[in-house]
Amino acid sequence: MKKLVFIISLAIVAVSCGEKKEQKATSETAVLEGTIKIDGSSTVFPVTEAVAEEFRTAQPKVKVTIGVSGTGGGFKKFSRGETNLSNASRPIKDKEKAACAENNINYLELEVAYDGLAVLVNPENDWVDNFTVEELKKIWEPAAQGVIMKWNQIRPEWPNEEIHLFGPGVASGTYDYFTEAVVGKSGSSRGDFTASEDDHVLVQGIVGDKYALGFFGLAYYSENKDKLSLIGVHNGAEIVKPTLETVSNGTYRPLSRPLFLYVNSTSVKSPEVIEFVNFYIDNAAELSQDVGYIPLPSELYTKQKENFNAFVKANKK
Amino acid sequence: MRKIKELVIEKSLLTSALVTIAITFGIIAVLAFEAFQFFTEVSIVDFFTDTQWTPLFTDKHYGILPLLSGTFLTSFIAISVALPVGLSISIYLSEYAPKSFRKTVKPLLELLAAVPSVVYGFFALIVVTPFLQQFIPGLAGFNSLSAGIVMGIMIIPFVSSISEDALYAVPKDLKEASYGMGATKLQTAFKVVVPAASSGIIVSIILAISRAIGETMIVAIAAGQQPRLTLDPTVPVETITAFIVQVSLGDVQHGSIEYRTIFAAGITLFVLTFLLNTLSYRIRKKYQEKYE
Repeated sequence: MKKLVFIISLAIVAVSCGEKKEQKATSETAVLEGTIKIDGSSTVFPVTEAVAEEFRTAQPKVKVTIGVSGTGGGFKKFSRGETNLSNASRPIKDKEKAACAENNINYLELEVAYDGLAVLVNPENDWVDNFTVEELKKIWEPAAQGVIMKWNQIRPEWPNEEIHLFGPGVASGTYDYFTEAVVGKSGSSRGDFTASEDDHVLVQGIVGDKYALGFFGLAYYSENKDKLSLIGVHNGAEIVKPTLETVSNGTYRPLSRPLFLYVNSTSVKSPEVIEFVNFYIDNAAELSQDVGYIPLPSELYTKQKENFNAFVKANKK
Repeated sequence: MRKIKELVIEKSLLTSALVTIAITFGIIAVLAFEAFQFFTEVSIVDFFTDTQWTPLFTDKHYGILPLLSGTFLTSFIAISVALPVGLSISIYLSEYAPKSFRKTVKPLLELLAAVPSVVYGFFALIVVTPFLQQFIPGLAGFNSLSAGIVMGIMIIPFVSSISEDALYAVPKDLKEASYGMGATKLQTAFKVVVPAASSGIIVSIILAISRAIGETMIVAIAAGQQPRLTLDPTVPVETITAFIVQVSLGDVQHGSIEYRTIFAAGITLFVLTFLLNTLSYRIRKKYQEKYE
């Protein structure tokens, strides 16, 4: 009998949940149609995809297509007016700005979330407490290949043991970003480390190796907190570990960066794009956290929204 | 009518044989073509003498030696495990074990080869490596030792099955002559039967080596992805096969030099296994003539 009551109540809850959702969808603005084309960074892709998925429940008739050509490839299409929105893991470059101007494309830059890189070692590693950016550079720059092989080459008091390096593969945006922030040139690093696009491989490698050092997106660290130990990075003034707070207030430098969404002015004439971007800003905080990034402070989201609304108004005619 | 039927059957059988040959030649042609393109950009001397393999990075080096050393190191460890174990099993089964036991154990042993190698790979990474780390403190999470050992377990049936067949095929008169001279069972097994079957045993070993060199999943999962020229079994290495997997999974551009490296690596691998298989074929032919 008890079981029956339980099942019935469960069914009622389920049914009422379903109703709520429907109400929410119908109570929003009129049903829109159309296609929104997005392309760009693979780093921003997970956030945009999560937003698009949620958006589908709210506006099932709007088709959202998201490509992953990388930030640069995305801007190329964006500057030719082939896409409505562009995902970017760095601000637009002057060259790309010029290309947009050439084709009479006005745009607005919106920040949607932060991405942080975590520097990690094995929990049994009891000698490392922090790295300076120079030390990280010394370890990872191309000149280190075959030269910097032991821990005590970085600081003399560290053990005379081989250092085992793990990092994302060259195809990942994380690799580009890390090399740019640490080595100074995107895509430039030593080649004798375990490089894998599969973050699980990196986690496994560091977990099983006392002398390991690796880096990858903060999102992956938060899934494996108990198995890895996070190392703080000296930003010039103090030692900072990446957390929600240090990433969003910018003190975890240089290993954190904002992620962007670019909107062009012709697209904001169509109501489905306006609706989508508003939806994006409203949900970015929650969804970026879901996919492992760090949300902006809420006042920044409000500001993004104001900017966007002003941009829409200015381009209405 | 009957003649036509015969003809159709004959021709269709011939076609299926030709199709396999055509496919083999097609593969060789593609490999050779892409590898040729690769060698127009990279000198073949550098390919065999450079000690660094970093085609995906800024400081590009195209020395196959680190990949070869990784491949040989894991294969050597595998053979060191598979040879003594496999040979002991085969001698026991053919010389000592009762017939009924032999009949049940042999298929069970062959099951070892039927386990998917991806399962072995995870077994090496998740079970064998942590176990070995209790005894070898400096053992890295990815290493050639545990990958090699597990690969050795996988190829035991290659050694045991084929050499057991060879031992079993040694003519009875040889053994009886040996007993007649007053030799014990052990002396007969090791001094008469094993030498008589030696070419068969060698074939089994070569085939096992060839299998170990071409094995992919175990080493890709458990041996690491860091090409380095070393004979130290405790550190991560990368084999030729693991490199091919790594590049195929990443997004290198088709037609680029990075993309062609996998064909250069692939043809090296192909030449290796081709030589080994030809060698074993030659030896087997010689051995068949011996007692027939």
